[in-house]
Amino acid sequence: QTSSLTGTVLDETGLPLPGASIQIKNINKSTMTDASGKYRLTGLPNGATTVTANYIGYTALTQQVTISGHTVLNLTLKPDAQNLNEVVVIGYGTQQKKDLTGSIATVSAKDFQKGAITSPDQLIQGKVAGVNVISNGGQPGGGSTIRIRGGASLNASNDPLVVIDGVPFSGNTVNNAPSPLSLINPNDIETFTILKDANATAIYGSRASNGVILITTKKGSSAEPVINFNTNNSFETIAKTVDVLSADQIRAYVNQYGNKSYDDNPDHTYKALLGNANTDWQKEIYKNAFSTDNTLSIGGIFKNVPYRVSAGYLDKQGLLITDKFERATGTFSIAPRLFTDHLKIDLSLKGSLSEARFANEAARASAIQFDPTQPLHADNQFGNYFEWIKGSVPNPNAPRNPVALAELRNNTGKTERSFGNARFDYSFHFLPELHANLNLGYDVSKGYGRIFVPAYAAQNASTQGFQGRSQDTQNNKIAEFYLNYAKDIASLKSRIDVTAGYGYYDNKSTGYNFEEYRADGTSVTRTPAFPFNVEREKLESFYGRLIYTYADNYILSATMRSDGSSRFGADHRWGYFPSVGFTWRVIGEDFMKESKVFSDMKLRLSYGQTGNKDGIGNYNYMAKYFRNTNQGQYQVGDALYDYYTPAAYEPDLKWETTSSYNVGLDYGFFKNRVYGSVDVYYKKTKDLLSTIDIPSGTNYNNRLLTNVGNMDVRGLEASINVLAIKTENTSWEIGMNMAYNKREVTNLTLDSDPNFKIDAGGITGGTGNNIKYNAIGQAPGSFFVKKQIYDASGMPLQGVYADLDGNGVVNADDKYFFHSPDPKFTFGFNSAFSYKKWTLSTVMRANIGNYVYDNVSSNFGVRSNILSPSGLINNANVDVYKTNFTNNEYLSDYYMKNASFLKMDNAGLAYDLGKISRNGNTTIRISANVQNVFVWTKYKGLDPEITSGIDYNLYPRPRTYTLGLNVGF
Amino acid sequence: CKKEDLNLRPTNDLVADQAYANPAGYKSQLVKLYASYALTHPSGATGESDIGGLNPGFTDFLRLFWMSQELPTDEAICGWNDDGIPELDKMTWTSENIFIRGLYSRSIYQITVCNDFLRESTPEKLASRGITGQDATNVQRYRAEARFLRAFQYWVLLDGYGNPPFVTENDLIGKVAPKQIQRADLFKYVESELKAIEGELADPMTNEYGRADKGADWSLLARLYLNAEVYTGTARYTDAITYSSKVINGGYTLSTVYKNLFLTDNRSTSKENILTINYDGLHTQNDGGTTYLINAAINGDMKPGEFGVPTGGWGGNRSRINLPKLFTDYSGATDTRALFFGTKLENDDVNTFTDGLRVVKFRNVDSKGVPAPSIEGKFSSLDFALFRLGEQYLIYGEAVARGGSGGSVGQALTYVNNLRQRAYGNASGNVSTINVDFFLDERGRELYWEGFRRTDLVRYKKFTEAGYLWPYKGGVKSGAGVAATRNIYPLPLADLIANRNLAQNTGY
Repeated sequence: QTSSLTGTVLDETGLPLPGASIQIKNINKSTMTDASGKYRLTGLPNGATTVTANYIGYTALTQQVTISGHTVLNLTLKPDAQNLNEVVVIGYGTQQKKDLTGSIATVSAKDFQKGAITSPDQLIQGKVAGVNVISNGGQPGGGSTIRIRGGASLNASNDPLVVIDGVPFSGNTVNNAPSPLSLINPNDIETFTILKDANATAIYGSRASNGVILITTKKGSSAEPVINFNTNNSFETIAKTVDVLSADQIRAYVNQYGNKSYDDNPDHTYKALLGNANTDWQKEIYKNAFSTDNTLSIGGIFKNVPYRVSAGYLDKQGLLITDKFERATGTFSIAPRLFTDHLKIDLSLKGSLSEARFANEAARASAIQFDPTQPLHADNQFGNYFEWIKGSVPNPNAPRNPVALAELRNNTGKTERSFGNARFDYSFHFLPELHANLNLGYDVSKGYGRIFVPAYAAQNASTQGFQGRSQDTQNNKIAEFYLNYAKDIASLKSRIDVTAGYGYYDNKSTGYNFEEYRADGTSVTRTPAFPFNVEREKLESFYGRLIYTYADNYILSATMRSDGSSRFGADHRWGYFPSVGFTWRVIGEDFMKESKVFSDMKLRLSYGQTGNKDGIGNYNYMAKYFRNTNQGQYQVGDALYDYYTPAAYEPDLKWETTSSYNVGLDYGFFKNRVYGSVDVYYKKTKDLLSTIDIPSGTNYNNRLLTNVGNMDVRGLEASINVLAIKTENTSWEIGMNMAYNKREVTNLTLDSDPNFKIDAGGITGGTGNNIKYNAIGQAPGSFFVKKQIYDASGMPLQGVYADLDGNGVVNADDKYFFHSPDPKFTFGFNSAFSYKKWTLSTVMRANIGNYVYDNVSSNFGVRSNILSPSGLINNANVDVYKTNFTNNEYLSDYYMKNASFLKMDNAGLAYDLGKISRNGNTTIRISANVQNVFVWTKYKGLDPEITSGIDYNLYPRPRTYTLGLNVGF
Repeated sequence: CKKEDLNLRPTNDLVADQAYANPAGYKSQLVKLYASYALTHPSGATGESDIGGLNPGFTDFLRLFWMSQELPTDEAICGWNDDGIPELDKMTWTSENIFIRGLYSRSIYQITVCNDFLRESTPEKLASRGITGQDATNVQRYRAEARFLRAFQYWVLLDGYGNPPFVTENDLIGKVAPKQIQRADLFKYVESELKAIEGELADPMTNEYGRADKGADWSLLARLYLNAEVYTGTARYTDAITYSSKVINGGYTLSTVYKNLFLTDNRSTSKENILTINYDGLHTQNDGGTTYLINAAINGDMKPGEFGVPTGGWGGNRSRINLPKLFTDYSGATDTRALFFGTKLENDDVNTFTDGLRVVKFRNVDSKGVPAPSIEGKFSSLDFALFRLGEQYLIYGEAVARGGSGGSVGQALTYVNNLRQRAYGNASGNVSTINVDFFLDERGRELYWEGFRRTDLVRYKKFTEAGYLWPYKGGVKSGAGVAATRNIYPLPLADLIANRNLAQNTGY
């Protein structure tokens, strides 16, 4: 005879808690509460037993109960001390949130925006103060640029270190997989932990200057297997296109200005070149796109071994015709516990396969420029796509037919990737406080690519088509071992937690080189000098950490890491990265304990040094000779010669070092209905890895990547989370964050010189035009421009600039610095409003003070582009009416635009049916979601959010409508 | 883990002992020195460059040298608005001009790699690598050529910048900033180097094609002496006559057809060229060099295929009105050196490519009109002469006219008329009197667009002065004089900041 146990789980205010887990451990029974907080366990033996109830953010409740027949047990959970007993993953271990000394933010699955999220980085967009996630555009699988506190480097990488389940990513990627994160299924992610200040990151030493993102993937947790199926089906439309002249506007323009010859023949007028068609080229190359993203997972505990298996399939089209991305992912994890939990093994394997066709990106700029009076097709030898032809060849100075560019270039790629690790954590039988932890991980991937362009395509007319392929592999291995000793010493009111470890990392990538052919596949057009090239870096590390807690309220933590990298010569190989942090839990003091207002108050102070060496070559420190390619041979006599060239090198190359100071305050009010934190920081990078001008004649180049210069970063971050409404049927959670961040280059030369500047970003149009510079006293990549003079009516005057130095001559000396692409302020806002089974949520972001150089207007918006001296007509964007410029004025500050914006990234409505039957376990959740809902900005271009600050060829970010269904069994 | 575990080596790169392991290695490394004045980078026309600070396609020697010698003069103007080009057109450059910096950087780069070769080819190094006998003798000649190439680049700096930093093989790679050398001292150095290696170089016309011989050495000495007064204040016209005579008597002969000098089979159609930079559209790809000279001078509707660059035509460079006006008949019907295209001589608008006659001297076709193969339809296989006999005739003549001794007016007239007979196809264009000013014009007619003009105008005191004008000289449409400062270029600001030993040229 069996009995059952039923009841309701309530929170501290007496409201039901849906989704709480109920467990009877000794007989391996568990369940979850439904939407009204009710649970039901059946098939139980009669007698006394122990029931445990768990809910995130609440103290676990264990209660004795004697079961007899249909027993009812209602349970009331209390929030754990200010929500903060939550355990947070930190580097090489975990820590209770209340004890954290560093600036650390977590975003977990419950905070993720539901809907069309296909790349993990988007899950944290707008959620964390000081973390900017900017999608690289609308390309499927295109990934994002992540910046934590703005980035502290000039020529080295500014990307944060990403660590997945303890395996640090190398930062390298194979071709055809632009973002390393794009190969991970977001549905497999449990939490993100973002380490921001040096006390949190310094344990990662030389890779920590740009912050660290720790990703923890989901594990099995309940006794009963939980099967979950998630499907998102999306429809993408183009939100905005570049505002170009219509066919009729071009006709009017050419009729007004184009009654003249473009060459020496008076009959060859521009007017005569006009066509009769009305082609919207952007319409021709962009289409609506569909995508479907499906994940099936099974997780549970089988014979005391937690396991989880998942499989995902994503099929995503792009807005640009021919773009397509498919990804299959699989994960497998088991976590056996042996020897009465003394040995914990976590085994995790992840794999992905992706196949993509990459549309020809050149089609986008071409669609802006191509004459709308010309038809899509014409009768010719170029596949019957209309092209500007001179004689029998395509006009070399004309844009190519945008549709032909896309349709006739077949660029496909395939990647295979597997990564995983095995972690062994042994707590010694004779000394359980001592743990030995071994982590062995790997990350291998292969990428293949092929490009084919037929012989008749105008885009490769000079080589009669193109055939080429690529292949590369990555093989990264890591091994880490640490010992951890943690002990409460009650007599001293102290707790110590000591970690010491060693790490070994071997990152290797091999690129293969192949011949290139004409479309016929036999005529070789390019032969590589070498069949392959191996790039490799090894890193060896020692690290340690001490956390000392006194009387629960005073926490001191110190870390030290020493890294040795193969990228530097023996004398400069090892770097040392210390940090120290102190936390005072004010809330724990007696005078705060009775406070009805404050529920949390914590002060954090930290200092630390971190390093950076990513984003530079592997062998820059050594003297070496490299071979020419087969296009760089030289003839003397009757023979062609190959030769070796001495490369510029810097024997004293070493890490760049960032010293960071952080003061933080974590607060909570009214039982944490309101909570958040405020951080102020100052970072100073020295020995910047910067490419600078060196004295000519001292090396085999006049520029060299060396350790010179300083940069300061100052900032303030604040976040506030409010549980505005919490009643039986309704809840409303609001989160807001803001960050102020200012970067300034303070030195860039060996002998400090305030006049030094170095180009840091070219533009499209002309050749060799630079608009961004790194200069003393400016933000990195500040714009350096000429000051435009306007006439009385406000029209810019062609070629007329202010004589800023007042010497009577207007020349290069009259340029001035004008803002930078860095936003001064960034804001994030997210809100989730629930009523009964409905949840309405949104994420918004705003940037203030970010400037963009409108390269679309500066390159196309001039008369000499429309009436091309090469004997053709081009289109321009409508800016041409505003300037009436005849020729390009690339460096005019007219093209500098304030691109501050407010964006709604996401708006979603979800309906959670909960359990659909009284006895079954099936749960259903339906969601509808819109991404990229609106953008408010004064900027007239396609999109104000341009990482580089130079708006030219952005892949439009789509507006995406998604319907999602989540079914659990 | 072992300590040396962190010592990794690149897969395909070598150390010096491997690159210079054997006699063939030395030969290859000598070719490297020549290759680096033909290329922007050993990878061909890619996004890489031997020098930093400007677009890779701009960074080869000839393109930069040509721009510095032609764009600020009466011979050429460029319509591109690329940063730095209008300043050259209008003589308003500053010490931050990227092209002025580019030529400086390219020249010093060349000097640095020549120094490397000299360090690696000392008798001690040869002995340690087991290179002896004839092999060692060959390397001795390679060393002389390396010194010649270095002296040539120092001449470029001497002529253009006056007082550059100075490094030799004794200055090791590292961070010790070079000292500056003064113009007169640099003149002495170039002169002494060219004289020191004279005996070690091959006799005229006996070396492999594309390698320097005594003819190149003498040619540069003659050019150096012709301009000695500009460089040092002391005229050396007698020496100019001595060395140009050596070249003239070295066995070279004029090409029978002027325009063949600028066609892809110039190596076989004449014995006029003394030292060439060798280009190849398949194997020595480069957006500079003669690829630039050809493509920048034509545009898409001039039928680029006829110039051997079917996908080319960049529409940038053309003549200023003064150049065709040097010819009494610029149609080319009488003086066949007038190789122009188009109808409008006036340079009304700098940006309008058809404002000014196009110069169609350089073509990627051979004397039979057959285009040279080019994989992308734009790269040229036309070799460019750094020194040719025609120049030496004019040096001889001008040095005689300027009062140098050791030559004669009669001989000078013969040489000049040799050139003019070739141009006219008969004696109708012969001259019977010559004076100093005649040679400036005649050099314009014979050597235009070959990279001589700025040096010539400076020598004639017409480059900066208001007495001789051309459209947009000094930034004014009708032309205006500029400060005499601009007779040499400024040292690049970037190097002044990097190297505290340098003092800027006066006036900048």
